[in-house]
Amino acid sequence: MSLRVYAIAYLIFLYLPIFLLPLFAFNDSAIIAFPLDSFTFRWFYELWETPALHAAVQNSIFIAVLTAIFSTLLGICAARAAAKYEFPLKRPIMGLIMVPLVLPEIIVGVSLLVVVVQLLEWQLSTWTVVGAHVLICTPFSIAILNGAFQNMDTSLEEAAQDLGETPFSTFRLVTLPLVMPGIISSLLISFTISLDEFIIAFFLTGADPTMPVYIWGLLRFPQKLPAVMALGTILVLLSILLLTIAEYYRRRGLARAGLKDKGGFL
Amino acid sequence: MSGPIISLSGVQKYYGDYHALRDIELDIAEGEFFSLLGPSGCGKTTLLRTIAGFEDASDGALMLGGRDMKGVPPNKRPTNMVFQSYAIFPHLNVSENVAFGLRKHGLSAAHKDAKVAEALAMVGLEGYGSRAAHALSGGQRQRVALARALVLQPKVLLLDEPLSALDKKMREQMQGELRRLQRQVGITFILVTHDQEEALIMSDRIAVMFEGRIAQVAAPQTLYRRPETRQVADFIGVMNFMPATAQMAAEGVEAEIAGLGKASLAPDQCPGGVATGEVHVGIRPEMISLVFEGEEVKGATAETTVVEQYYYGDMTYYDVALDGVEKPITLSMKNIVGRPDLERGAPARIAWDPRALVLFSA
Repeated sequence: MSLRVYAIAYLIFLYLPIFLLPLFAFNDSAIIAFPLDSFTFRWFYELWETPALHAAVQNSIFIAVLTAIFSTLLGICAARAAAKYEFPLKRPIMGLIMVPLVLPEIIVGVSLLVVVVQLLEWQLSTWTVVGAHVLICTPFSIAILNGAFQNMDTSLEEAAQDLGETPFSTFRLVTLPLVMPGIISSLLISFTISLDEFIIAFFLTGADPTMPVYIWGLLRFPQKLPAVMALGTILVLLSILLLTIAEYYRRRGLARAGLKDKGGFL
Repeated sequence: MSGPIISLSGVQKYYGDYHALRDIELDIAEGEFFSLLGPSGCGKTTLLRTIAGFEDASDGALMLGGRDMKGVPPNKRPTNMVFQSYAIFPHLNVSENVAFGLRKHGLSAAHKDAKVAEALAMVGLEGYGSRAAHALSGGQRQRVALARALVLQPKVLLLDEPLSALDKKMREQMQGELRRLQRQVGITFILVTHDQEEALIMSDRIAVMFEGRIAQVAAPQTLYRRPETRQVADFIGVMNFMPATAQMAAEGVEAEIAGLGKASLAPDQCPGGVATGEVHVGIRPEMISLVFEGEEVKGATAETTVVEQYYYGDMTYYDVALDGVEKPITLSMKNIVGRPDLERGAPARIAWDPRALVLFSA
């Protein structure tokens, strides 16, 4: 019983601030405070009317799409290697790849800034953000794809070869369809992570800010705050939608492989 | 049956320092039902996978249908395999699974469908074509795996412990069906199993393997009645071993067997070769019988005491203590009407036919 009370209290603390976003996004007042004023779409309209925001969103989506593709490709290679081959120092290597999952992002951001600017002497640009986001998203991709590859019986690939397929056509006809739900799930999750990642993007963006960096910039202007709330509302809905799709594919993958559900994101 | 369809000579397999296959010399005839039998880790599966092409022999030659298989990948070999896990593709239905190997054969859709239907009928799965893979029972998966391999009409069908995942009833039924299917299609079957009974029931010939080596290749009857080594005798069924001293006789050997006394053994009773000096003599439990009051005695006899009784329904096994033999020996009696059960500690007279004795050099 007390556990249930604790769980409910936890959920309230976790989600109450997020519920405030739509509340003020539709509130017809420039000041973020109770009592609420009348209902309005004005802040959403204001978003629509801000070209700088559009540029930031486009920039973010470009980065997120590339990040999703690269980190998923790397994840496929790593997960397949881990599932199929034994090699020296396999466990330490897999462990090290996963470390960015738990490293504080501020540390990653600062060190990458040092590496990019001081050591490599590159210009900060959209591409440096893509590189950094691939770095932090790849562990997530590997974690998701590891499950997909390890759930697959290796004798399925052997059976395909035994039935006349080359290693390449085996990968295409058997391996890929079976891990596809994992791949889609990995793409969506890396996309979501990259889209709303702030700290690293803040350190590594060049002239074109990403959306979270742009929002951070808006916060200096109190009159822009309701528009930020409106943007936040859209982002929350989009994140929930993407996560739900990712989880749907993960579960479908398990069902296809005829396996019991063990954990997951939702 | 013509010349050998599979011929292995001097095949070795190493995994690092581990010597998994040692000096494998084996010929398997076309149309034969051949079994590789041995305890787990004896190399039987490695040998099967070497024939299939999933493992490369470290040394030696493998000929398949007269062609050297060195460097030939699994997809180019005239073999197909039924995997222990069946390896049914979970994203395809039954028909698509069976048709998988026909993809590169360039058949018309109608011809392909006819072949798939024929293969499914052969394994008793008519009408199951559109079933999803995960909606199949263990026995049905096994049949799909068989159909998927047989539809390609391979020269050799390889079966890796195909019945081990089934329950006892289903396993016995499938043993019969596999045997019938093999006779019907006439394809060479190579079965890997650790179940000696399964190997005896199904095979034309059996190779018994221990520690990467083939210990004996023979027909089931020969393997059971005339095992060449104690290890083989012990692995297949139950065998009582008694120390003995043997010397040459005019025909075979004369042996002084602990507990059983003197016996003369013909050369065919020394399958591992005639040996003299300190040897062992073995006899199967069913070749020894209890002698009850008023029964006629055939062969030699000895006086013993019942140590333990195991009732199996159709049979009763007795452990009896024999003077001069450390371990009690085991004998089995068919349970027929009017035959009394002997309790532990009861005196018992046993009889055996000396022709059932087998001599082992060690």
